Amino acid sequence: MRIYEKFRQLKARKEGALIAYICAGDPTPEATKEYVTALVRGGADIIELGLPFSDPVADGPTIQAGIERALAGGMTPDVYFKTVASLHLHIPLVVMTYYNLIFKRGIEKFAKDCVSSGISGIIVPDLPPEESGELDEVCRDNGIDLIFLVAPTTNEGRMKNILAKGTGFIYLVARLGVTGARADVALSTKELIERVKTKTPKAVGFGISNGRQASEIIAAGADGVIVGSAFVDIIAKGGDVAGKLEALARELKEGTRSP
Amino acid sequence: MTGLDSTKFGKYGGQFVPEVLMPALSELTEQYEKYKDEPGFNKELDYYLRDFAGRPSPLYHAKRLSREYGIKIYLKREDLVHGGAHKLNNTLGQALLTKYMGKKRIVAETGAGQHGTACAMAGAAFGIPTEVYMGYKDTQRQRMNVYRMELMGTKVNPVKSGSQTLKDAINEAMRDWVANVEDTHYLIGSVVGPHPFPTMVRDFQSVIGKEVRGQIMEKEGRFPDSIVACTGGGSNAMGIFHPFVEEDVDLFAVEAGGTDMKVTEKEAFHSASLCTGEDGVLHGARTMILQNKYGQILESSSIAAGLDYSGVGPELAYLAETGRLKPRHSGDAEALEAFHDLSRLEGIIPALESSHALAYVKQAAASGELGDIVVVNVSGRGDKDLETVRGMMK
Repeated sequence: MRIYEKFRQLKARKEGALIAYICAGDPTPEATKEYVTALVRGGADIIELGLPFSDPVADGPTIQAGIERALAGGMTPDVYFKTVASLHLHIPLVVMTYYNLIFKRGIEKFAKDCVSSGISGIIVPDLPPEESGELDEVCRDNGIDLIFLVAPTTNEGRMKNILAKGTGFIYLVARLGVTGARADVALSTKELIERVKTKTPKAVGFGISNGRQASEIIAAGADGVIVGSAFVDIIAKGGDVAGKLEALARELKEGTRSP
Repeated sequence: MTGLDSTKFGKYGGQFVPEVLMPALSELTEQYEKYKDEPGFNKELDYYLRDFAGRPSPLYHAKRLSREYGIKIYLKREDLVHGGAHKLNNTLGQALLTKYMGKKRIVAETGAGQHGTACAMAGAAFGIPTEVYMGYKDTQRQRMNVYRMELMGTKVNPVKSGSQTLKDAINEAMRDWVANVEDTHYLIGSVVGPHPFPTMVRDFQSVIGKEVRGQIMEKEGRFPDSIVACTGGGSNAMGIFHPFVEEDVDLFAVEAGGTDMKVTEKEAFHSASLCTGEDGVLHGARTMILQNKYGQILESSSIAAGLDYSGVGPELAYLAETGRLKPRHSGDAEALEAFHDLSRLEGIIPALESSHALAYVKQAAASGELGDIVVVNVSGRGDKDLETVRGMMK
């Protein structure tokens, strides 16, 4: 399923999207299948599945730890695409990874692997529009959305350029810093949502961990929320992981329904 | 090509960083461009380089070593710069720029602790609060440097993620910068990272090569046949090479050969990214990288913490690709031997990093590859390595 179709569907139902991130292979490839299924059961609208890179500079300690567990559990790009292909999801799935893994595999091959395993979009946190030319072109040729990030520090000139390039959704970085769960929704987040003027759906990530925050962000004008660290934290703590993932997804999804 | 008009050196370099950092990089580029040729800035920098750092550093004809190795050797004595290494050239430049930009805080990474120490010195000299990230493993093998930094008022944060060495310290310093970009300058210690860092750090380090130009003309009436410098990230190498890139002088970048030139899926037993690495993107730049078939970064290895890095400056990758620079390597054992040679014959204890450059001169002198006169950059002094060397000799 394409990302725009999902957002169109949600808009008709007057709901925001819940975009749920976990790192593939954390702690094993088999567990990922179970956890993704749990997130979907809980109501996730889009799955963002991390492809772990050894040097994840844009991620905070929680997700870094998940990435380390995944690498230790044997996750590689080959295993990743196999795992994704076996998921058979009815909702869009996007891959989040760092540029070197795409570059090394070969941009063309990476895109083809995305298409054949059912991936709808790509997020590359260390690839600003200035460096994205080649990937951008290949994504367009293959009908894959290349999702760009905007930050509170993004000035108007850059914003225009990013909004012109971005497809699928625009990833709004809610606050300065790396990924990680935070207690409050900062004022700067609301300002950023207002500053991003586009028809492409806007999803806010970084620091969202509960239904109340999700609700506030949708109320502030976002089309979706992206939640990662809170889910990865559940995996780190262990116990009935699938049950807890489903429960948190349900709470967050409820938040996106009732702004 | 190598100025501020482009973010790249050929296909290498660029700005592969999170969006949140892009405005900071543009600002830094603008501000650096504004001050780099500005008389007031340069006057102040020259003052600190002279009266605080102790420049110019001598170019010393090492007669006894020359006799032993069979080639006329001049040593560029960066080991005599305040702090015991070339690192201060760059930190004074960037700390001064921090002041001119009106930023209130400096963060930095360090490998061996030499750059961290140089940051601590510059931070203290300019009164700018400084925090340094250092791999936990490195804090253990370079304890005295940690203490030195702390004495000068710098906060040292040990990094326990990943391989707990330089690359992880860079990751952590970048994360800090991402979170505090509005009031913080990231004082990168080598010619690595996103544009404009490789260009800016090279420029600040070029004082080394500029001095050599005048000094060698005075002593020999001509340029040397070759220049040899050790290369991890490559800042001492680019510093001495850059003013000679357009001249008829052979440039040798000597990487750390570690214990063995082989690699596994997870680690390399060396740090020779120019010699054996592959094209990729690490820490904001496209360059030569030690990586596995999937593009995961390998943990590098060397007896010299300051060379222990999986990447290399993008300009070095470019100069190697065009053939202007010759990448070479020497291993832990050869470096140790050269360390002892210079100590015994000249009364100069070199850093283990610099010992790799000396080791290559010893190895290559007989082949004629280096010509008749070679300048070796003694990038730092070896006091910090005494514990390591003693441990290995037992």
